[in-house]
Amino acid sequence: MSGAPRRTPRSFREATARRRLEGVLDPGSFREILGPAHRVTSPHLAALDLPVSFDDGAVVGQGLLGASPVLAAAEEGGFMGGAVGEVHGAKLTGLLRLAERERPAGVLLLLDSGGVRLQEANAGLVAVSEVMRAVLSARAAGVPVVALVGGGWGCFGGMGIVARSCDAVAMSEEGRLGVTGPDVLEATKGVEELDASDRALVWRTYGGKHRYLLGEADLLVADDLGAFRAAALSLLSARREPGLEELEREHRHLSRRLEDLGGFSEATEVWRAAGVREPARLPGLEPEAFLRSVSAARRGDR
Amino acid sequence: MTRSWDEGRRRRAARLARAAAVCPERWVDPARATALLEALLEPGDRVCLEGDNQKQADFLAGALVRVDPGRVHDLHLVLSVLALPEHVELFERGIARRVDFSFSGPQAVRLARLASAGKIEIGAIHTYLELYARYFVDLTPQVALVAALAADPEGNLYTGPNTEDTPAIVEATAFRDGVVVAQVNERVERLPRVDIPAGWVDFVVRSPVPSAIEPLFTRDPAQVSEVQVLMAMMVVRGIYAEYGVDRLNHGIGFDTAAVELILPTYAEDLGLRGKICGHWALNPHPTLIPAIESGFVRSIHAFGSELGMEAYVAARPDVFFTGRDGSLRSNRAFSQTAGHYACDLFIGSSLQVDLEGNSSTATRSRIAGFGGAPNMGADARGRRHASPAWLKAGREARADPHAVPRGRKLVVQLLETFREHMEPAFVERLDAWELAQAMGMELPPVMVYGDDVSHIVTEEGIANLLLCRTAEEREEAIRGVAGYTPVGRGRSAAAVENLRDRGIVRRPEDLGIDKRLATRDLLAARSVRDLVRWSGGLYDPPRRFRSW
Amino acid sequence: MERLSFEFACPGEPAPPAAPVVVGVVASGNLEVLVEGGGPPGRCRLVVETSARGFGEIWEAVLRDFSGRHPLSGLSVSVNDAGATPAVVSLRLDQAVEEYLRRP
Repeated sequence: MSGAPRRTPRSFREATARRRLEGVLDPGSFREILGPAHRVTSPHLAALDLPVSFDDGAVVGQGLLGASPVLAAAEEGGFMGGAVGEVHGAKLTGLLRLAERERPAGVLLLLDSGGVRLQEANAGLVAVSEVMRAVLSARAAGVPVVALVGGGWGCFGGMGIVARSCDAVAMSEEGRLGVTGPDVLEATKGVEELDASDRALVWRTYGGKHRYLLGEADLLVADDLGAFRAAALSLLSARREPGLEELEREHRHLSRRLEDLGGFSEATEVWRAAGVREPARLPGLEPEAFLRSVSAARRGDR
Repeated sequence: MTRSWDEGRRRRAARLARAAAVCPERWVDPARATALLEALLEPGDRVCLEGDNQKQADFLAGALVRVDPGRVHDLHLVLSVLALPEHVELFERGIARRVDFSFSGPQAVRLARLASAGKIEIGAIHTYLELYARYFVDLTPQVALVAALAADPEGNLYTGPNTEDTPAIVEATAFRDGVVVAQVNERVERLPRVDIPAGWVDFVVRSPVPSAIEPLFTRDPAQVSEVQVLMAMMVVRGIYAEYGVDRLNHGIGFDTAAVELILPTYAEDLGLRGKICGHWALNPHPTLIPAIESGFVRSIHAFGSELGMEAYVAARPDVFFTGRDGSLRSNRAFSQTAGHYACDLFIGSSLQVDLEGNSSTATRSRIAGFGGAPNMGADARGRRHASPAWLKAGREARADPHAVPRGRKLVVQLLETFREHMEPAFVERLDAWELAQAMGMELPPVMVYGDDVSHIVTEEGIANLLLCRTAEEREEAIRGVAGYTPVGRGRSAAAVENLRDRGIVRRPEDLGIDKRLATRDLLAARSVRDLVRWSGGLYDPPRRFRSW
Repeated sequence: MERLSFEFACPGEPAPPAAPVVVGVVASGNLEVLVEGGGPPGRCRLVVETSARGFGEIWEAVLRDFSGRHPLSGLSVSVNDAGATPAVVSLRLDQAVEEYLRRP
């Protein structure tokens, strides 16, 4: 008899944005800034007669991580797919500018977003670009910025770019990271290019395991609040120097990767080429078993 | 003048003689399937085209659709489930004229249109066991077109995990001089086991495209809502624990899946393992895996199988009915019988409930039918053996203390007060009346009758109809759990409070339920992946349920 | 969107001054409930913004019953609703108040 429960008791994916922050940061340390009681809601959605959310789908604030002061934000994927509107984006940007001034030990971005909120049109586009600039600015000022990606909505579009503009990314296998999302890809390029209804294919392409193998994600963790907390702690202490040397190194790495892997059209082909013996088994493995299987094959540049 | 007593045999011989000219062997070339059917069938024949709840003789359905309507027409189709577009096409083309069935699912709308247009005569809509019963009385098929997984050279059939309706169909047909044609996915030298002996089968054809089973009984735990968890807690605490329900059937749905998923957590914490939910008449629901692994479940007899559960079932022979070959043997007729006589409780959902407790899934534009619910959701008045749950329910229902005591089956309707788009589930008058009028039916199609219902469970609480002594009390009890629907808002607050004092209406707090526990954290598994983990990797979910 | 406002007499205990609480998410079939103290004493104020128009009577009944379950004077409840059924609404309201009362 198998006895003990098999469910993940503190699933990151199942948790709301606030609960994720409470689970990742030191218990009781989170203080929200511009919380729902301030009612800073989206004027654009109101003008379109659409429902608004009191926090516009973004929870930002300060707290402690391993007793060090950090700033943190979490997106609420359930509200408009986590898509970034003017207010949502401004909260993230404001948080990052605060980080530049206050120099906390780091900034944690718990991203769960489809990208730009199209209903807000240019305001949404501008909002996301400002977040990108603010991330780079905070990093240039010496503040590490770490992305945690493990929500059900994935991290796509401009927010996918934001994630990769950070010092590091931690993902669970349930998380997805990309720019063009699977539905848009199928709609514009056809089902032969990507069948968005083939969930296994979507996760092989955008999911945490593949991103980790490609070196896009620095850590692959279990779908657990504690595991993401541990990842944040470890990544904050491993920040990168975002200077010209680092940029050139990254470009060389990416060119090599494109040369070696650019001809493949399926993730399993990439994994096989990387030296994984049984690539078809990887998606079914639990995190620890997966990490053991791929330790030699991972294409990290660090 | 002497009467001949073997007319049936002579007609069978004539059919086989015509068929021999087209197909001299028992194994039929697929390209000759239509020609075979044209030879075998006569206008007006009663034909059972195996359409089970899951398994479909789809190749033979396609072959039948291509017969010349000039030669084969006005057939009387008898089948459990009218699921394929080909089934409807038979009527559009005049090949078939009349139908007796149980459930129509995907073809419900087309069926209604055909009926309105006068292209189809509906004999009756049955519950499964009732239809099988008539195969042995007045609806015996002259020709049965069935589906099996494999056959050997002699023509023995292996129906395997999805045996389902086949034994009932073939026994009735073969032993009344009928002709049995089977489609199989493959021909093998030696079968894992013999489910249908060759002596009962006349022709076998290998279908070029294997017949596929839809995963009808898989529910993704990720879709179970908090409200469903709350209702599941009420069911476990207010009914299963209260009556000691150890033998039961769950109608399929997310709400019953929620009950299955809180057994290893909520029910375990209440100390109920070993006391409830031991014996089941149920398909292999993936959502029951945690309860099986946790030691709640002692036995399951299945109506059919479920895609992806084959290896798990084979690895749990102490729980499931499996053959010497190791694979599941299902049997819908026996499982339905078990659900009727050997279970103490049925619980299922519905679309509409009226003020008497009658429940129906009928709507004006769809003829969907009943499936197995009327059989399960009915008091088994022929039952004689006692169990604590049955006796307790019987005592509660006993209006006249001087009458002969009887037991009573627990029949529970589980539903939220509002459906999607704020459509009330509780109504003054069922849509079934309108459907009956539009389609010229003799009776409104009621799935579970109010006087069979023992409890109604909504997010608001449990109404115990057994304890009601008058029609007014029953109506007020139903209003008392009908929430904010017009029916619920029409309640008399004083009357409901009185019913609450008498335990006829119980709210979650009356049951000692802490609503703060009603979250998805209470589910033993919250994703399909969790179910796979619980099964030790044996459960192999179909593609549409996996992201890996 | 439809905006509904209600005010009920709440002669009960004053709502303790605690940090505002929000539960729920504005997703289809769901709602967000913000509970704050500091409203006028003896009253309970509830404001609803909902995408499902025409259910004012049901909202009134649901909110009146909620107010009866938690008669906290000075309580202020604000809702952004995206078509939740009364079952979900009542659950969220109760969850929000429970959490509000648990806060320091």
